[in-house]
Amino acid sequence: MTWTEYFVIIIGVLIFVVIFQIAKASEYVSVLKGEKKAFQQNNRINAFLMLVFLVLGLAAAWWCNKLLYKKTLLWLPSASEHGEKIDTMMWITIAITGIVFFVTQILLFWFAYKYQATEKRKAHYYPHNNKLELLWTAVPAIALTVLVSFGLYYWYKITGDAPKDAMEVEITGHQFGWEYRYPGKDGVLGRQHYRLTDAAKGNPLGQDWNDVANHDDLHPSELHLVVDKPVKLIIRSQDVIHDVGLPHFRLKMDAVPGTPTTMWFTPKHTTAKMKELTGNENFVYEISCDQMCGSGHYSMKGTIVVETQEEFDKWINSQKPQYVTAHPDGAVAVAATVAPAAADSVKAAAGTGPKSEH
Amino acid sequence: MSNEIAVQHGVASHEVHEHHDGHHHHETFITKYVFSQDHKMIAKQFLITGIIWAIIGGLMSVLFRIQLGYPEATFPWLEDIFGHWAKDGKIQPEFFYALGTMHGTILVFFVLTAGLSGTFANLLIPYQIGARDMASPFMNMLSYWFFVLASIILLSSLFVQTGPASGGWTVYPPLSALGDASQGSKIGMDLWLVSLAMFVVSSLLGGLNYVSTILNMRTKGMTMTRMPLTIWALLFTAILGLLSFPVLFSGFILLLFDRHLGTSFYLSDIVLGGNILPNEGGSPILYQHLFWFLGHPEVYIIILPTMGLVSEVMSINARKPIFGYMAMIASMFAIALLAFLVWAHHMFVTGMNPFLGSVFVLLTLLIAVPSAIKVFNWLTTLWRGNIRFTPGMLFCVGFVSMFISGGLTGIFVGNSTLDIHLHDTYFVIAHFHIVMGVSAFMGMFAGVYHWFPKMYGRYMNNTLGYIHFWVTLICAYVIFWPMHYEGFAGMPRRYYDYSGWESFKHFVELNRVISFAAIVSFLVQLLFVFNFFYSIFKGRKVTTLNPWNANTLEWTTPINPGHGNWPGEIPEVHRWAYDYGKDGKDFIPQTEPVSKDESTH
Repeated sequence: MTWTEYFVIIIGVLIFVVIFQIAKASEYVSVLKGEKKAFQQNNRINAFLMLVFLVLGLAAAWWCNKLLYKKTLLWLPSASEHGEKIDTMMWITIAITGIVFFVTQILLFWFAYKYQATEKRKAHYYPHNNKLELLWTAVPAIALTVLVSFGLYYWYKITGDAPKDAMEVEITGHQFGWEYRYPGKDGVLGRQHYRLTDAAKGNPLGQDWNDVANHDDLHPSELHLVVDKPVKLIIRSQDVIHDVGLPHFRLKMDAVPGTPTTMWFTPKHTTAKMKELTGNENFVYEISCDQMCGSGHYSMKGTIVVETQEEFDKWINSQKPQYVTAHPDGAVAVAATVAPAAADSVKAAAGTGPKSEH
Repeated sequence: MSNEIAVQHGVASHEVHEHHDGHHHHETFITKYVFSQDHKMIAKQFLITGIIWAIIGGLMSVLFRIQLGYPEATFPWLEDIFGHWAKDGKIQPEFFYALGTMHGTILVFFVLTAGLSGTFANLLIPYQIGARDMASPFMNMLSYWFFVLASIILLSSLFVQTGPASGGWTVYPPLSALGDASQGSKIGMDLWLVSLAMFVVSSLLGGLNYVSTILNMRTKGMTMTRMPLTIWALLFTAILGLLSFPVLFSGFILLLFDRHLGTSFYLSDIVLGGNILPNEGGSPILYQHLFWFLGHPEVYIIILPTMGLVSEVMSINARKPIFGYMAMIASMFAIALLAFLVWAHHMFVTGMNPFLGSVFVLLTLLIAVPSAIKVFNWLTTLWRGNIRFTPGMLFCVGFVSMFISGGLTGIFVGNSTLDIHLHDTYFVIAHFHIVMGVSAFMGMFAGVYHWFPKMYGRYMNNTLGYIHFWVTLICAYVIFWPMHYEGFAGMPRRYYDYSGWESFKHFVELNRVISFAAIVSFLVQLLFVFNFFYSIFKGRKVTTLNPWNANTLEWTTPINPGHGNWPGEIPEVHRWAYDYGKDGKDFIPQTEPVSKDESTH
């Protein structure tokens, strides 16, 4: 330990001793002054502090909002259509709960101040009032019904089936990173089984090479999406539970080993547009792992590039199928001999995501 | 009423018998202070063990807040103490996650369940219903010693080579099931599971006792609807625990099987670090269902007793009856019932069927109604009162303020649509720390300050109590209020370092402020601990039987009651516990018969 650290400890102990001595002295003073008088004085101080806390607390809340509002996503347009619904819902909820918050907190601290003990007043004997109880059962119930109705309306829209023209992309989590798989030209993700996984042989996702649908599947290192085109993510995990967290799209879905999940959305702004909107030259859509997955959890990052259709086409055409990487020699020959019927099986496995509570 | 003419045995007798309460059998140090079967002593044992755990758990949060507030800095003294866990004076990720996991486990189970229910159920149930002790004092003692056993096992896990469990306090498999997935999932995880299994045993032994005592051992005249709200709250708490802890237990046993017996309850299709595991057909989601079937009632197991304590302390110090006694019971009943039907709101984004999710949205937001009723009733209790700001009362006001703030954010995360965005962000941390962490602590402090004179025959120091309250209240808001903003930015919880993230790295200064407030808050709790232990030996002595002018039965016992509580007969009860300010009288104890000209309500 350094001298400054010892110094900090000594100061701390001294402060502690001083506080204790003051507290002890105040006890003696109250005995000398008479307990009643000391109690009345303390009561006035504490009651007054209730009022001070209320006023300063409200001021601090305003100040905190001023400092932090721009650091949140509340002011920034959502990057997906689903996110816009969630934002609307968020503002409705903020408004309703905000009103309740201010009314009840003000009443609480105001009552505490106003009805501090005095000799002049006697407490009002008021054990119950059924009309009041009924009122404040009904009002919250109605308010909550509104919130539930809105919430579920949006919930079903967001978790409902993806549009037919949605692009399918598979995202797989493992400690501590993300892998992406595109279906390639046939639009079908090939069949896979976890026992086929063999990273050393160029098959990190356990693709079944007997399935022709796998032969054109791409395995790029970044997730590219097309602006204004719906995308359906098929989410898998290889080891522990992860979570695809997309704060700018306001979306999130767990990656569960053994149980693929899905999530679909429509990106609204390209990465370039978001750079303008945020005023941040370094802006990037980040995928954060939002489910505790081990010691590297905090570094499990992926990136999404949202771009125009032309940019996307150019990028995807530059990618090489994983099959070719895994079979540097004679890949094409094998491909031709495999039965094509197997291709359909994967749709059944991966396409039922949202309802897949097995 | 027929019992109006009954003589008040209790009130009359304690005055007579006060000076010779030594007729109980001889006790040795061991039977009195260690293997005690006296509910009062067991309550103190639970409280002091809980305080020790709270210091350990709080210190852990200070350590991980140091990392979050000062991610770039190094503190060589950390390495002096923790060795390779804080290599080069920097808390390592494994250590950070172990600290967070242990902080959660300790605070949720060991402090706010055992330390809270164990203390106040044991202390207040026999006192306030008029019983000499618990239904089974021996089981009660076992309950405490199983808790000690659980404590020792958990504590020992801190010292094993690979460290304690580190997968979060919910220990979701597969992370917690596979030793190769994390250091903390090795022997530390086994110790965690065994410890928690012992904890469940302790909890069940205690809970059975609480329920049977309340139902069977009430004194003459103590009908259910004359019981103080503390007792109602503790009754509902005990029932919740009895019905849900066994489910958690089964979840843990299956996890142990998966870890050691090669079963696949929670495991399927796993490739870990290149190794292909044989397990197929299991579901990690099953564990989450089993866990949250306790996990959600658990938050009510924590908050219900404090609701009872606060109702009681608030009514006494506002010198007014608690407003809406029956509504308070009804709302606690509704909360207890709904507590079993909302567990899956922790799982909206696990891929669970959206329809099932929507049912849980409905039930979750339904639980806000009884919570709102309680808040309005507390506010009305303060209205036109004559409020004495004892430290206990201050914490009651703090409790209500915190419960409002944290309860309202529950409406955000309970609504699945918003939960998609807010789930597992700092918003959630803010929400549950305010509503069941700080609130529960505030309620517990209210209880400790208020019943300390009954426990030890002395007062705690008021000035230290005032300082404790105001600094705690301010720090609690400084720590948790801004976390909502971090949540609105989508900032994930359980991150060791945010500096590598373009989306979250701009909160570094805020995190420093929060860490600073957390450290101040921890130091102020030490002030409380000091006040507590100092006052046991040196506090101002209690000189009157009923220092707060309260109505309930515990204040009819001698200042330092022996085993059996009342030296003479147990007093008879003639009225409810809340006749404060009735008919111009400041208070009318429960033992006072109803007089002919008394007004009815």
